[in-house]
Amino acid sequence: MSVVEHEPTVAPTPSLRKKLLVQSHPILLCVVVLLVAAVASMAVGRYWVPPNEILRIVFHRILELLPLVDEGLIRQTWTPQEATVVLDVRLPRVLLAFIVGGALSLGGACLQALFQNPLVSPDIVGVTAGASFGGVLVLVLGLSGAAMVGGAFGFGLLALTVVLLLGRLGNGEKTLMIVLGGIVVASFFNALVSFMTYIADPYSELPSIVHWLLGSLASAGYDKVLIALIPVGIGALIVLGMRWRLNVLSLGDDDATALGVNPHRSRMLLLAAVALMTAGTVAVAGAVGWVGLVVPHLARLWVGTDHRVLLPISLLLGGSYLILIDTLSRSLSSSEIPLGILTAMIGAPVFVVLLAQKKKKAWLNGN
Amino acid sequence: METSLISRPEALSTDEVLLEVNSASFRYSARGPWLFKGLSLTVSAGEILSILGPNARGKTTLLKCLAGLLKPVAGQVSAHADIGYVPQDHGSGAAFLVRDMVLMGRTRMLRPFQVPRAEDREAATAAMLRVGVEDWADREYSQLSGGQRQLVLIARAVASGSRILILDEPASALDLRNQAKILAVLGQLAEDGFAVVMTTHHPDHALHISRNALLFVGSHDTRWGPVEEMLSASALSEVYGLPICLPRVLTDSGSRHVAVPDFGQGCRVNRITPVTIETSKENL
Repeated sequence: MSVVEHEPTVAPTPSLRKKLLVQSHPILLCVVVLLVAAVASMAVGRYWVPPNEILRIVFHRILELLPLVDEGLIRQTWTPQEATVVLDVRLPRVLLAFIVGGALSLGGACLQALFQNPLVSPDIVGVTAGASFGGVLVLVLGLSGAAMVGGAFGFGLLALTVVLLLGRLGNGEKTLMIVLGGIVVASFFNALVSFMTYIADPYSELPSIVHWLLGSLASAGYDKVLIALIPVGIGALIVLGMRWRLNVLSLGDDDATALGVNPHRSRMLLLAAVALMTAGTVAVAGAVGWVGLVVPHLARLWVGTDHRVLLPISLLLGGSYLILIDTLSRSLSSSEIPLGILTAMIGAPVFVVLLAQKKKKAWLNGN
Repeated sequence: METSLISRPEALSTDEVLLEVNSASFRYSARGPWLFKGLSLTVSAGEILSILGPNARGKTTLLKCLAGLLKPVAGQVSAHADIGYVPQDHGSGAAFLVRDMVLMGRTRMLRPFQVPRAEDREAATAAMLRVGVEDWADREYSQLSGGQRQLVLIARAVASGSRILILDEPASALDLRNQAKILAVLGQLAEDGFAVVMTTHHPDHALHISRNALLFVGSHDTRWGPVEEMLSASALSEVYGLPICLPRVLTDSGSRHVAVPDFGQGCRVNRITPVTIETSKENL
């Protein structure tokens, strides 16, 4: 700027460095929490595996995969059963729980900023209901595997498209129309799901449908990890990449436009990214509620609204949270408790506590 | 009127026109009423333009047209520099730190997937120093008073490197001290070469700092010209639909006009003003 008269007299570097340290600190803490949760989850279960053996098994496997490195570096001190339990059963499950929980939480944080409303979650834009219907349809048709993913995706994206088209109907209040459209579309697809469960064969099809709808990671394998990782990875890269833009978008359309951001285009891109992530999670884990609502809320109370910090924290916390919930779901009782039941039973009271404790930091107008 | 007696930024020698409006017209729907029609004006570097008019008459709409947020139905708005639009504070972004709020002004320099760089943080710091909000850099926006928030929003527009500032009622809803503070900051920015456009409900503010004024009169009639000619007692009375008189009060450096609306007691201060003001000054 040619007209600047006062050059900054305060060097910004020291305070900046301090700020970077403070900013990266919660992220580091979350990484540590995530690793502890992952190792604990792999240790706990009907078959106890000591944490130190888990680390040795996992690092041994990593060294095996790397060419030119001698895997003999780590002496084999574990039993083959332990290796099987850790590598073939619990590791993919932990990875999947992280991907699903992280995606839902990241998606929730993104939507809450886009709609300037802390009560929005991926379910609200209708994607979860649409994807659920797609999955149930595939189950009723007796298909599985890739068809399941395709069905969940297809109908998830269809639901989002309808919601966005409904959003164009309103004059002016597009955001409100999108939220209302999401509620309408979710109701519609939920009715279709009810219809499918009603006509499904009560002995052969219904149990698998109900089990799937409640959400579960019981059938986790590396194939599912890959299936979830692709859409979630693409969506997460877009959302995380636009973490600064989300700050601007969270001020509202007028401010965003004045600051040089096209709110409609950015919102479309981010909504599509969230839909992609959500459909990916529904395809592998069914409908898991509450994670996308509670975890970003908790993260915001902790680190504030700057999405440069909030988004990675939401991702990491959401992943850790679902790893813990999934560990509970498979170890609380002799048979697995569906994930969706536990996330709701834990999420609802936690959310009440959060609402009651909500300090001025939480959201708009400091209320 | 002795313009030299009124404290107002002097015109720069190079009267560089930064914002031009050529017979612009606007209405929201094809059958709706015209908010303005055939409006032409220019804003130069170093100039402050005040826009006055009754509520809901289209002042904010005009600002949005000037800022490029709305397109006029007919005619053109051409800007020869970047525009920083300062909306009315509506409480959004409350939980952000002041330094991040100002940093958001840099967004237009960034690609969609980019986060602010060191140079952006430097520009934000410079803007905060310039507007005088650097002391609150690490405070939350929601903890600031209305006047402080307004200054932060001005700093945000300055940080974006804009030379045209468009402000929607920057000094409304503020106490007198904060009004003076905002006007001083805007006056300083104009002296530094910014072109400033603002809406206001205070004729005194317009008389105090602006060179030109735009009045919304009647249904779609707008008048633009030097503030001394535009803000006559009769014009103001017409704009607001009640008698307004413009007595002259003595100041340390001379005198200035103040707008006194008739709230029902009549409006005949013209004859007695100087004495009254001096007396009340002693009483203070």
